[in-house]
Order: sequence, then C-alpha cells, then structure tokens
Amino acid sequence: MTTIAHEPAPLARRKRRWEGLPYWLILPTVIYIGLFFVWPMIQGFGLALKDETGWGLTAFRTMVDDAAFSEAMSFTFLLIVVIVPIQFVLAFGMALLLNARLRGGGVFLYIFLLPLAISDLAAGIAWSAIFTERGYLNTILEGVRVVDIPFIFLDPTSTTQLVLVVAVAEIWRSTTFMMVILFAGLQGIPRDYVEAAEVFGAGFFQRVRHVIFPMLKPSIQVALLLRLIFAFEVFAVVIALTGSGASVLASEAYKWQATNQNEHVAAAYSVVILGLSLAAAAVVLVALRTPRERRLR
Amino acid sequence: MGDVDDQGFPWERSIDRRTLLGKAAVAGGALAAGGLLATSSATAGSSANAGKVTAFFGQYGTIAEQEALRKVILRGFNGDVEAVFAPLGTNVFVDRVRAEGKAGKGNIDLLIGLHGDFVTFQNENLLRGVDTVTKQIKTLPAPLVKIGKLGTATQYYVPHSQATYVMVANKDVIKYMPKGADINALTYGQVFQWAKAIRKGTGQNRFGLPASDTGLLHRFFQGFLIPSFTGGFVTGFRTNEAVAAWDYMRQLWQYTHPQSLTYGFMQDPLLSEEVLLSWDHVARLKTALDQRPDDLVAFPVPRGPKGRSYMPVIVGLGVPRNAPNSAGANALIRHMTTISSQAQVLSLLGFFPAVGGRLSKRLSPGLLAEAAAVRKQQKAPDAVQALLPIGLAAEGANFNKIYRDTFTRIVRNGENIRTVLKEQGDLLQAIFDKTGAPCWAPDPPSGKAPCRVK
Repeated sequence: MTTIAHEPAPLARRKRRWEGLPYWLILPTVIYIGLFFVWPMIQGFGLALKDETGWGLTAFRTMVDDAAFSEAMSFTFLLIVVIVPIQFVLAFGMALLLNARLRGGGVFLYIFLLPLAISDLAAGIAWSAIFTERGYLNTILEGVRVVDIPFIFLDPTSTTQLVLVVAVAEIWRSTTFMMVILFAGLQGIPRDYVEAAEVFGAGFFQRVRHVIFPMLKPSIQVALLLRLIFAFEVFAVVIALTGSGASVLASEAYKWQATNQNEHVAAAYSVVILGLSLAAAAVVLVALRTPRERRLR
Repeated sequence: MGDVDDQGFPWERSIDRRTLLGKAAVAGGALAAGGLLATSSATAGSSANAGKVTAFFGQYGTIAEQEALRKVILRGFNGDVEAVFAPLGTNVFVDRVRAEGKAGKGNIDLLIGLHGDFVTFQNENLLRGVDTVTKQIKTLPAPLVKIGKLGTATQYYVPHSQATYVMVANKDVIKYMPKGADINALTYGQVFQWAKAIRKGTGQNRFGLPASDTGLLHRFFQGFLIPSFTGGFVTGFRTNEAVAAWDYMRQLWQYTHPQSLTYGFMQDPLLSEEVLLSWDHVARLKTALDQRPDDLVAFPVPRGPKGRSYMPVIVGLGVPRNAPNSAGANALIRHMTTISSQAQVLSLLGFFPAVGGRLSKRLSPGLLAEAAAVRKQQKAPDAVQALLPIGLAAEGANFNKIYRDTFTRIVRNGENIRTVLKEQGDLLQAIFDKTGAPCWAPDPPSGKAPCRVK
C-alpha cells in the first residue's frame, strides 16, 4: 500500500515538468522577438517622442505640417483600396485553380510562384522599364499600331495613372503571397464536405459560396491580415515607378531619415505605420472572426 | 573664385608630359574595363614607403567611384592606404573630423572633401598647413592653389579635381532652337522658347530635369536659376526677382517631361531619347556623352538678368591638425596629383583634374565635349560662380529641402509664389540663425554675422 501511496508523487512531478516544457520551447522565440522587434519598437517610440529639446510631439507636428504627409497618407490608402480587393479575388481564383488538381496544375504553381522570388525593388525597376515612355509596353503598342506617339504611363500629374501603374506592379508581385495561404487553407478542407454538397445538387458557385468560403475563413483572415500589414509598408515599387511623383508613408519615413536626416520625424512616420497596421489588423480580426464552435478542428 | 579663369584652364595649360596624360588616361580606362588591379607606377616623388596612411573621403562615395579609387587610382601608391568613405548624403565627414579634433588624438591622415568642408574645418582650426607639399607640385595652376588658401596666407588644401553642371541637347532638336540664339550664350528666355518649340515640333515635352529624390534638381535652383535672376540664392530669396525666377520655372515646367520626377541621372533618359534637352552634373551626363558623342552636344548653362550663374565643385586634399602620419599624407597628396593619377580621375570618375596638362585627343569624345562646355561656361564674360553651401553642417539637408519644397509648392501644386517664398524664407532664415553661417558667394558677404534672407 505504501508503494501505491508513493507512486502519484513522481507522476505529478513529471506532469508538472511536461506542463512547463512548451514555455521553455517558445523562450528562444520570445527572446528573439523581444530583442529584434519589441526593443527596436520601444526605441522607435522614444525617437519619435524625444528630440534634442526633450519629450514632446515636435516630430509629429513637423510630420503633419509637411506638405507630403497628407499626400503620402492618401496615396497609401488609395493603393490599398485598389490593390487588396483585386488581389484577393485573383488569389482566390488562382488557389481554386490549383486545388482543382488539373493535369499539369503543378506548372501553374511554379509560374505563380515566380514573382515571389524577385525582390520588390528589382520588380519595381523591371516594371519601370515596361512603363517608361520609351519602354517595352509603348514599343509593343506602337508596333501593333495601337498608339501613334508613345503614351506616358508614369505621368505624375495624374494620380489615377500612378495608382494604376503601381497597382499592376504590386498585384503582379504579391498576389501569389495571398494565394499560397489560401491554397494551404483549401487543402485543409476535407473533400467529403464538397462532395456532399455536390450530391445535394450544389453547383460550383454554390459550393464556393456556402461550403468553401466559410471553411476558408481562418485562412482568409490570415491572408488579409498579412497583406494589409505589408500594404502599409509598400515602398520600393513606388519609389522605382514614381520617383518623387508620388509618395507613400514608408517612402516618406525613408526620405526623412536618409535625405532630410531627421530620425525623429522618420520614427514618427514609423509609429503612424505601426498604428495603422494594428488598426487594420484589428478590423480584419473582428470582421472575419470564426466562432469557436464553427471551427474545423 | 572668379580668378580660376585668369590663366586659362588648368588642364589646358600645356606641359611637357602631356603625352603621358593621354597614355595614362587610356591605360586607366583599359584597366577599369578589364577589371585589372594593376596601375602605372608613375608615382613621382614618393620613392620611400610612406607607411600606413588613412584617407577619409567625403567625396567620390558612390560604389563605382570607390571601386575606381581602391582598384586603380590608389593602387600605385608606395605605402598602405586605408580608404574610408563617409556615407553619401550624411554629415559623417564633418562630424568625424570634428570629433577627432576634439579628442586630441586623430586616426585620419588625409581628408578628401569639398571646398566648403575645408572652410568649415579651417574655421574650427582643425587643419594643418600643406604649403610645403603644394610647392613641390609644380603642375598646379596658381588660381586654384589660391582658392585652397581660403583667403589666408596658409595653404589649407591642395586642389584635386573640379566638376560642375552643364546642359546637353540631342542634335535632332538643334533645329528648334530660337532664331539668332547662340548655343554657347543662351538666355533663360531662349531655353524656354526652345523647350516650347520642341514640344510643338515633336508633339511631346522633351526638356527634362533630374527631379526625383536622387536627382540634383535643388542645385539647379541654388546654383543656376535663382542666382541668375537675383544675384544670390539666400539674400534674394523673397525678392521680386526671385518671384520672377519661380514664375519662369512654373512656365518652363509646362514644357518639361512629366517623367522628370522619376529621373535621377539625366544620362539615362538622354540615351533612351525620352529627353532631348537637359541639364545635370557632368559626372551624371558622362555615360550618355561617352556612348553617343555624335548625337549629343554639351553646352554652357543659360544666363539670366544677373548673369550666367553656375555652381563649381572643387574637391581638395587636406591634412587634419592631429594626423598621425602627416608625412605619409603628403606622399599620398603627391601621388594623387601626379599626371597619371589625375588622368585616371578624369577617365574613371568623370571629374576634371586640377593639375595642368592639355586634354588628350585620345580621351573619349564625350569627355572632351563636356570639358569644352565647362570651359566655355567658366570663360563666359557674364559667368557668376555660386558656391556649394558653406558652414551649414548638419543643416545642409534641410537647406536643400527648402529649395525642393519651394519647387513642389509653387510649380507642382500651383500655390501663390509670394506666400510660399515668405514661409520657406522664414525656414531658411531659421537655418542661418541656428548655424550662424555667414553668406557665401555670390550672395554679398555678411562678415561674421549670419546670412540674412531679404
């Protein structure tokens, strides 16, 4: 009897030890994030709120008073409004296409993945070679007699044109990124559900609307979340295509740091980008939340 | 500075080693092209090993320039050069020299900076005289040597190279030039008429300016447009003449290629023929003139009511007060001012050498064309030199931002000229109040007092 009475003790100890293990396992990640994300973020706030004269909102005032601020803000939002919905529809379509497991579907995957392998600045420069007045696009258009004189796509006097040009380059570059997440989500949906719907006579669009879409919601959430956060950071493509013709929040942050040599205003821009990203993330999380009882696993 | 011209062009003065210049230039180009590391050993006057020399560069900081210096120009030096480059677009150059001056113990032996940098250093007593080594270099032209004295009796830097900005046109648009205009003596009005006629003739705006963030458009306002209209670029900032200059810019912008806002170096759109008439720094036009010397023509900048203002860039070599190896620094100065080394500066960096020697006919036709335009510009009877900012230190970036913001507000956003000049003028004055920097040429001297915006 004594042995039985003694046995639970080591078991409980072992159990306690196992309960602590996950925390030990995530410790390296926590240290990494703390060192390379949280600490720089705190320093960023410090830089934005404190300058030679002490604590205050001077940097934010300089930022808001600068003529480029409202322009950068509106251009950033304009890009998001144009790019993200189009990108979502395209990415969803591409993911469905891959998931249909057509013959040679793997080829699509490789083609779709190509832009992901190219740096955003390189992509921007390549698109600028396409859109510039004596670029590839005008050469082709002139060759097939669509236009007589080259059309100026990169015309800074037309915001619409600049938005469209940047949108094309950004959609080309980062749609695959969303597609990969959605494709992974699609593969996690058991075939039985879709087949059951098919048996009950649901057509393709009905299946997408009533079966796939609701079950894909967690993946859509992640895809939109990450895409929106990246959208607020858009930088290299805009610089390469528009020069000083248009500016976004991240390019203004860079300009204040590198050209105007004022790290306080640059940090203020970064704080604004962080705030907007958090707000966008909150909106996506709330709008696309899936109640626990409706989750798959 | 006006007396540079008095004795003709430094690189034009004939000297007996001029064939060497040609050979070295060709050799330098070939070496660079072949990626070879060797260089000619024609290093005059440095027979003994100079030991370790730390050279701190505030100029020649682009990657291509660093490569040319490390692999070719500094290669033949009899000693161990440690080349340190200050990051582009920062104030690190002045800051570090200052910090070493304060620390009492220095690591830097040789400084490679702009005329304005040396003015700042000399004001803060951070430099050692370089009279002895200057006297040893017989090929230096007297007017440039005099500039290196910074108005004192002591030589503070040895002139190393020069650059400036010129205009370039595609020969196809020469026919649109206003009747009776002389391409070497244009006025701002004629440039406007020309740009307008090009638009009429080609159906497109083909006048271009480097207006992207990496372009040097602010120098166009500071050194060319504004001083040509007002006679200075600080004191006259808010005058009626300045209003006229900005109104001119607004008119000209209507005939300027809209993609100008994406141009950094004008050689690229000139090569692609998006732009057929332009203005830029000689080093940023070099590739276009090198590749298509038969299609492009370089010529002096236009004149305004107050003269033909242009911005000369003089790069000099100086020694900090507490340099650990000043003998080594002097040896490196002698090496960098040899004919062969100067020829390499011209062919590899696109900066014009300071030492005498006629330009070899074997140099690329592009460089020759550029040199001819620079010469005409400097020799023009109405030429006015507008110097790079002096004494602004860390505020230099803000100084440039004021001119670019003024451009954006007046020309791109169409705001009221007087309102913008009033507001930006206040910001400009704040910079001078903060730094206490006196006026520099062509603004009338303000003595020791900070420059005042009128």
